[in-house]
Amino acid sequence: MATVDIRGVHKAFGPTKVIHGVDISIEDEEFVVLVGPSGCGKSTLLRMIAGLEQISDGEIAIGGKVVNDVAPKDRDIAMVFQNYALYPHMTVYDNMAFSLKLRKAEKALIDQRVRQAADILGLNPYLERYPRQLSGGQRQRVAMGRAIVRDPQVFLFDEPLSNLDAKLRVQMRTEIKALHQRLKTTSIYVTHDQVEAMTMADRIVVMHDGIVEQVGSPLELYDNPANTFVAGFIGSPAMNFFQGTLRRNGGIWVEAEDGTKLPAPGNVGGSDGQKVVYGVRPEHLALAGGSSGVPAKVEVVEPTGADTLVFSKIAGVHTCAVFSERHDFRPGQEIKLQPRLDVVHLFDAASGQHL
Amino acid sequence: MATAALNRTGSIVRKPLVDLLDNRNVLSVICMAPAAILLLTFLTYPLGLGVWLGFTDTKIGRPGFFIGLENYISLFDDSVFWLVVFNTLLYTTVATVLKFGLGLYLALLLNNHLPFKAILRAIILLPWIVPTVLSAIAFWWIYDAQFSILSYMLQKMGLIDQYIDFLGKPNNARASLIAANVWRGIPFVAICLLAGLQTISPSLYEAAALDGATPWQRFRHVTMPMLMPILSIVLTFSVLFTFTDFQLIYAITRGGPVNSTHLMATLAFQRAIPGGQLGEGAAIATAMIPFLVAATLSSYFGLQRRKWQQGESDG
Ligand SMILES: Nc1ncnc2c1ncn2[C@@H]1O[C@H](COP(=O)(O)OP(=O)(O)OP(=O)(O)O)[C@@H](O)[C@H]1O
Ligand SMILES: [Mg+2]
Repeated sequence: MATVDIRGVHKAFGPTKVIHGVDISIEDEEFVVLVGPSGCGKSTLLRMIAGLEQISDGEIAIGGKVVNDVAPKDRDIAMVFQNYALYPHMTVYDNMAFSLKLRKAEKALIDQRVRQAADILGLNPYLERYPRQLSGGQRQRVAMGRAIVRDPQVFLFDEPLSNLDAKLRVQMRTEIKALHQRLKTTSIYVTHDQVEAMTMADRIVVMHDGIVEQVGSPLELYDNPANTFVAGFIGSPAMNFFQGTLRRNGGIWVEAEDGTKLPAPGNVGGSDGQKVVYGVRPEHLALAGGSSGVPAKVEVVEPTGADTLVFSKIAGVHTCAVFSERHDFRPGQEIKLQPRLDVVHLFDAASGQHL
Repeated sequence: MATAALNRTGSIVRKPLVDLLDNRNVLSVICMAPAAILLLTFLTYPLGLGVWLGFTDTKIGRPGFFIGLENYISLFDDSVFWLVVFNTLLYTTVATVLKFGLGLYLALLLNNHLPFKAILRAIILLPWIVPTVLSAIAFWWIYDAQFSILSYMLQKMGLIDQYIDFLGKPNNARASLIAANVWRGIPFVAICLLAGLQTISPSLYEAAALDGATPWQRFRHVTMPMLMPILSIVLTFSVLFTFTDFQLIYAITRGGPVNSTHLMATLAFQRAIPGGQLGEGAAIATAMIPFLVAATLSSYFGLQRRKWQQGESDG
């Protein structure tokens, strides 16, 4: 168990700069998820923590000790790879025992640790099998078992669930979370799936193009996104955005590009005439009656069973709204949608920052 | 069911020939026939003829008669034959060990990130591309008693006083030929093993590094076991090629001095063609078969798919 501190870390592969100064401090026993679109440098950052990539600039400390020049094997971390990286020529048992054997641990201790891990992960029936004889989910568990057996200071996960089917992914997600609650080992988990991030993390680090956009608990990010990138990335379906101009005459509202009047909360900052981005989440649009609300023209209705997704056009922009009750709008029907004012977000159009 | 119904109504009656061609066994015989006939003519016939000649006293220009095991009995008492068997085993063993040691080393080097990697790989392949006879002539010069560039350089460096008689003394000649064979054989081994190394996923090495393995332990516990399947195939081929080597020996020493570098293949040729004793030569060549079969069988069993390579899930 240890803290992990990442201070001013840069990474360049030759001339290409990939990570441009990242600062994150991770507390002991915390489960932190690095999330961001493909190619933003999540894996690179994780591999630098593991010691598999050189750190170009800045420093990384594990348990207070700077590890820039410490070899991977001496960092006392375990990593679960996306492709699992199980040793194909070893049985499940040997895969899990390998690190302890290298450490010359006693046979009895190895056996005890491996069987304990196998118990936790439900791998007991498969100990004598080779990785090839396992299903994807079982291999995933072996990879985790290999990490658990070590009892390391930090667990690193690089998209461990992305090779599993949707149902198994949800199941393993819960299992990993439960495992963390049981072992309490500091964990850093990389994913590009924001649902995984939201459901598993104590804290989420949103990365984009090699920088950290925002760090916070899942609900903090959901409620108070710092900028349009985080607002659009966190939450599913994604937030709706409208370009417009802030107006402070006759109440506070935003004039969309086609002149549509979008109601804004009264406490919002920003000056009259400022170019802004108006953001509202699909679940924060309600059906309005009478004269209130913003006119919307229904395009597609997608019932998912639990919810109904209504795609419509507001102010010339494709907009998604989610209703927990059922509606059977016809395509082309004119409806009116009312944004919940307390959860409408305004961003500066130029910088993308929250107002 | 569908065919039966159709047959009953008589709308489609299959021709017997079509039925015959649909039969898996008939079809497989027909498909195999061309290959089988080719193999029989060009492989089995010469092999059979060779074995048959070994049981006769055929000489060049004179058809022979069946004499049973007489050739083999006389070989059994022939000290030259046993010397040659020893030579062949020595040559094969030492050359193979060296080829694999150096070849594996080169493959490991080339598998790393090196500058000029492409050029280095091309250079490594060179000895293999050069025709054997050409390289044999080059070696002949390198090993020449008076003009050897090797002796010249060693002398300039002050390591030796007088030129080494590479090919004149039995053990020198043996070592020189083994060196030439190793030089020629390394590219094959190195490139095959390199191909094998490149199939090993880098994340296995990373996982092993995180598991606490030193570079040597990574080699020992990841590289070697993963390389074993291809290594045993390459080993089989290499042993077969080396055991039956002819060109290098015949071009450089012709078996001399005093038969110390004769291999079974060169001795068989020597006795059969220049010596005219076709029957005896054939018998020597036939005597190679048990060795080759043993080498092939042992690697065949070594080669059998290891358990971890199999995919089926049982028990
Ligand atoms: N060895 C390398 N040499 C050069 N560029 C690299 C190397 N490894 C990664 N990159 C680049 O660094 C950037 C970040 O890569 P990284 O693998 O960290 O992305 P990621 O966030 O993990 O994406 P994904 O979600 O697709 O796995 C990418 O643009 C990639 O092209
Ligand atoms: Mg990645």
